Amino acid sequence: MSEPDPIALYRVMFLARMLDERIWQLNRQGRAHFAVPAAGHEGVAGYAFALDPARDYLVPHYRDLPALLHFGVTPRDVFCNLFAKANDPNSAGRQMFAHWSDATHHLLSLSSPQPNHVPHAVGIALASKIRGDNAVTWTGFGDGSSSKGDIHESMNFAAIHKLPVIFCCENNGYAISVPQDMQMAVQNVADRAAGYGMPGAVAQGRDPLEVFEVARQAIDRARRGDGPSFIEIKVYRFMPHTSNDDDKRYRSREELDAERANDPVALFRERIVKEKTWDASRDDALKQELQAQIYDALAFAEASPAPTAAEAFTNVYAMGGDK
Amino acid sequence: MPTKTFLEAIRDTLSDEMARDERVFILGEDVGKTGGVFRAPEGLQEKFGAARVIDTPLAELAIIGVAIGAAAVGLHPIAEIQFADFIFPAFDQIVSEAAKMRYRTNGAWTCPMVIRTPYGGGIHGGLYHSQSIEAYFCHAPGLKVVAPSTPADAKGLLAAAVRDPDPVLFLEHKKLYRSIKGDVPDGDFVLPIGRAEVNRVGSDVTALAYGAMLHETLAAAEELALENIEIEVVDLRTLQPLDRETILASVRKTGKVCVIHEDTKTMGLGAELAALITEEAFLDLDAPIRRVTGPDLPGIPFNEVGEHTFLPNAQKIADALRKLAAY
Ligand SMILES: Cc1ncc(C[n+]2csc(CCOP(=O)(O)OP(=O)(O)O)c2C)c(N)n1
Repeated sequence: MSEPDPIALYRVMFLARMLDERIWQLNRQGRAHFAVPAAGHEGVAGYAFALDPARDYLVPHYRDLPALLHFGVTPRDVFCNLFAKANDPNSAGRQMFAHWSDATHHLLSLSSPQPNHVPHAVGIALASKIRGDNAVTWTGFGDGSSSKGDIHESMNFAAIHKLPVIFCCENNGYAISVPQDMQMAVQNVADRAAGYGMPGAVAQGRDPLEVFEVARQAIDRARRGDGPSFIEIKVYRFMPHTSNDDDKRYRSREELDAERANDPVALFRERIVKEKTWDASRDDALKQELQAQIYDALAFAEASPAPTAAEAFTNVYAMGGDK
Repeated sequence: MPTKTFLEAIRDTLSDEMARDERVFILGEDVGKTGGVFRAPEGLQEKFGAARVIDTPLAELAIIGVAIGAAAVGLHPIAEIQFADFIFPAFDQIVSEAAKMRYRTNGAWTCPMVIRTPYGGGIHGGLYHSQSIEAYFCHAPGLKVVAPSTPADAKGLLAAAVRDPDPVLFLEHKKLYRSIKGDVPDGDFVLPIGRAEVNRVGSDVTALAYGAMLHETLAAAEELALENIEIEVVDLRTLQPLDRETILASVRKTGKVCVIHEDTKTMGLGAELAALITEEAFLDLDAPIRRVTGPDLPGIPFNEVGEHTFLPNAQKIADALRKLAAY
């Protein structure tokens, strides 16, 4: 994988942030039942640029919208999912927002119980090894979710069989309200990797290029047949856990303001401006373009039909097997 | 038609299905060199290689979770859970993931996989090597639950399970493995999932049973025939989805029903069958529906008295059927 085009990378990060803000507004206006913000996690988009969307698989963390936009998910998909419309490609309006899935983009469906999806990534990687298709599978989860046994069983299994899978913990310091030091006694979740016989690395999520580089090394290793890796990306969540959370109960505004100085979108914009690949007028133009895309997607989703009552009874079993 | 034990029928079918379709593979604890603790996949690793018969760590969540991922991308895993009593660490994966994958993606992702597991008591297995687990899993739409009682059905239903586009929990009563023999059709033999079978025709009482209890029920019916009481024995074979037509047709004929299962009574399969029959065939009933089941105890005791006390048998079943016939 060559270095990502910084403009393409900035574009998905910026689009994700704009979508995030719009989704939050829609929730506050009472037009969307549930929002799961990604703001602060945008740097993770770097990993998507180290994967090959044509053959690799993604079983991501629910805050990974920035990465998914590079994998082919569109704003229309996002709003149809938000409004639970029949044409929502994730679940046809069956699942809550941000339970990502898209078979056409190698994106395996997520459920709510965390992190149940992680062993599925190991299974995809096992299939890749059995079939020799040379695909790599990436899976993501939060720091809080890393406490649950799924992670242990999955990492252990993947390491034994040297499977081409990357375990990525997005550590934003909180599991809803519970801070990291009440979740684990180690500083870095990645420290645990050694216990499974796989390399562990830490990347700073405020820098998508650092994320890209760490991801690229792990992906290259997996593709060579040398087995899984564990990556921890340090991030900070700028918004409440979801639209149903009040983060003022467990973290101070001072802490939040201090962290905002590390805004990955703003920092990356500054960087590409400094490197003269970007400037303010292009930024304005991009903002307008993305805004138009969001308006179009919103209008499209709002005009899309809701699922019918009869549709609630389909796809329990394969066609003909429905009761 | 060759005669095989229940276990041989399962082993041969696993082998046939792996030979037929290279997407089929086995994973579980001790399935490789040892050939499984009950020897169902015996010799298969030698035949098909270690990449297709995979010894896993002691980690049931991973066994099922990994199978789900592999199934989603087009392989057909057969996951073995060494004893049904140890399936609960994977309960979440089975119920929240495998059973819901098709529904939650509206068919975009699916889970064509089989979970085989030995269940049931009567083999001195104590609390944790004897349980019947079907009631927990029959409550999960999206999952199919199959429990054959004869070697031929084991073959036909296991082949169907492997070829099914949805996840199937395949329950093997461990007492049947070596004690039950029967004719097994040669060649490609597939039975439809979701069909019960009238195993013995009768006119006085319908007995609904499956697994090891099917054989106890047949023995009871044999005994009652000497008393001129004719029992119709229906082998459910598939527990989810139930074959409502066959069940209700038999009930309409006899007007009296006894449900027999080894699993504990309260909220068990018998409760659902009784509800189904009263909803659909109330006016055809001539007597209250009876249940002969394991008692509501946390487990089957290891000591022989306790184990015997727990398990229904031909005697207890005959008593219940006799009373029903006289009602
Ligand atoms: C098994 C399970 N327990 C509890 C929850 C409720 N829950 C949803 S997200 C969450 C916190 C997860 O935190 P983390 O993994 O750090 O991810 P983050 O949301 O911070 O990105 C909790 C407790 C759940 N979804 N699943």
